[in-house]
Amino acid sequence: MNLAELIDTKSVIVCCGSGGVGKTTTAAVLAIEAARAGRRAVVVTIDPARRLADALGLEGLTNEPAVIDGDWPGELAALMLDTEGTFNGLVTKYAGSPEQAERILSNRFYKNIAGAMSGTQEYMASEKLYELHADSGFDLIVVDTPPTRNALDFLEAPNRLARFLDHKLYRLVTAPTRGIVRVVNVAAQSFFRSVGKVVGGDVIADAIEFFAAFDGMEQGFKERARSVEQLLAAEDTAFVLVASPRADTVAEAMFFADELQKSKLAVRALIINRVHPHPADRDPVRDRERANELAGTTLGRQFEALADLGQISAGEEAHLRLLTERIGPAPVVRVPYLTVEVHDLASLTLVGDILMGRTT
Amino acid sequence: MDPAQFLTAPRVTIVAGKGGVGKTTVALTMALAATKLGLSALLIEIEGKSAIAALFDRESIGYEETELSPADPALGRGRLTARALTPDDALMEYLREHNMKRISGRLASSGALDMVATATPGIRDVLILGKVKQLERSGAADVIIVDAPAAGHAISFLRSASGLLDAVNVGPIETQAREVMDLLSDPERCEVVLVTLPEETPVNEMVETAYSLEELVGVKLGPVVVNGCLGDPAPFDTDPADAAAEVDPHVSAAELSAADLVALRMTTTFIGGRAHLQAEQLERLERELPLPQLALPFRFTADMSLTDIGALADEWLDQVRLLVEPS
Repeated sequence: MNLAELIDTKSVIVCCGSGGVGKTTTAAVLAIEAARAGRRAVVVTIDPARRLADALGLEGLTNEPAVIDGDWPGELAALMLDTEGTFNGLVTKYAGSPEQAERILSNRFYKNIAGAMSGTQEYMASEKLYELHADSGFDLIVVDTPPTRNALDFLEAPNRLARFLDHKLYRLVTAPTRGIVRVVNVAAQSFFRSVGKVVGGDVIADAIEFFAAFDGMEQGFKERARSVEQLLAAEDTAFVLVASPRADTVAEAMFFADELQKSKLAVRALIINRVHPHPADRDPVRDRERANELAGTTLGRQFEALADLGQISAGEEAHLRLLTERIGPAPVVRVPYLTVEVHDLASLTLVGDILMGRTT
Repeated sequence: MDPAQFLTAPRVTIVAGKGGVGKTTVALTMALAATKLGLSALLIEIEGKSAIAALFDRESIGYEETELSPADPALGRGRLTARALTPDDALMEYLREHNMKRISGRLASSGALDMVATATPGIRDVLILGKVKQLERSGAADVIIVDAPAAGHAISFLRSASGLLDAVNVGPIETQAREVMDLLSDPERCEVVLVTLPEETPVNEMVETAYSLEELVGVKLGPVVVNGCLGDPAPFDTDPADAAAEVDPHVSAAELSAADLVALRMTTTFIGGRAHLQAEQLERLERELPLPQLALPFRFTADMSLTDIGALADEWLDQVRLLVEPS
């Protein structure tokens, strides 16, 4: 299935890859292409660069898709993930009462989790994806994934909080009581005294209060995590890998493809950004010699640059061959290094033309 | 001031920048440059996933010091070492050294560190910076280069200590946070070098980061490093046919075939186009951020080798000399 077919038929596209390879831009382009193909598409961006956010009409974090007007038969919307807001929504949804929700939302430990716990952003991105899929009526949701140290955080995130809440330590804290903590068992008490010596008692009190307040909501969170997981594994969901042709990002793309495969998920397409233009049928050694013979002249500098391009292209091609073999039969699409900055609808549309093979 | 003084002026340099700008390359470049001046350099990794180990044919870099290359007095070359710091190891070590061994055991066995870390945001970063501070105090090397976490994390990484002090007001972690703040706010001991690419988005983000760091952390900013520069666009403004006409007609290398012309025109369009974009961004950076710039040339390779980084280190030293010895 080529990229155009993916955009036409899938209902979820997840863009993954390491930081700095143009993931957010690529996600935006895919959503625009879907709108150009007549579909109702929404792109979920995570921390886009300001100019790109402006181009997409995003003024700040918003949990509701904002419609972007453009010359296409379909519909395009975008949102910039509000991690904390999404988490708050989830808590409110699964709380047994407004009071319970309030108790959790005002807890300091909870605020730390919602705002800063590693993996929360990934978790909320997939949660948002699930919400949009369940009730917004979009044909296609394109998700940009957060730049993570471990590319798989996004996949694992939904289960992580469930596991976190399952930790025996927390059961120790929450088991003896319902609601307000009065009695914490002896083992737990001595443990928390130890921790308290290191970080101070307030921190511990906040944590205990949080787990007590959260009591009874674990089941809802766990079921939700399972549903999100199922959506990511569904036939209608496509993972698109974004990379650049450099050794480090290619290695990460390979690793990511392997890990996806372990989870029985396949990469449906590979998009390689920033490929240096290839001077066809050149002998870089001869070009280098001519550069040296012409050293000090403008033409010499031009030959030097030509030889340089030949050199870097050879290295890039070697990486791309390996990656293409690994990803195949999924399509591999190359986007050349552009001589314009991609930050408005016009340049995003240009990248779309390249991706879809309408121009080179 | 000579380049060696420049490199050691604050012993600790924290290299920060968004993902994909070549932060690790720059950190290693600076460390190599120091060793070329005969200084010992310690490179500190935080995200434990970089390619540095492989560049030096090492399996991995651990919490304890790994020697990447020994000192070579004959060449006037200093010793290069590296460490990969993790917050868990740093906390355990800290507790052991401060007579809290029993607690460290309990924390480790119960998996509670995760909860403690969740309960107190910034604690991981403070533990790592605390270890950096200890290495600085013990004079672990003449130059200590820290490869900071990527993306927007640089600000939260460096703000971790002050943030933590809002939440924690007793105990060893509080002490650690205070000492980290002392380190960060002392320009004689520590500076931050920001890395960017000469492109619009990375430049915007660096300018924002620079002002946020000054305002929120009060850390000294060193020169900014612009990575991947193509250099002067001027030679690419001339059409190759005209450039050939400027060359002595007896030089056969300047005789262009039709195929030469096509390839050279593609080159001038691409390299010239990008070099012009870069030049605009470099100028804008200079206008928007009044800090000295060090421009590292783009290396035309898809696999950065030690030779490439050695060449960058030489270039870096040349530029530092220009910076510290204005002629």
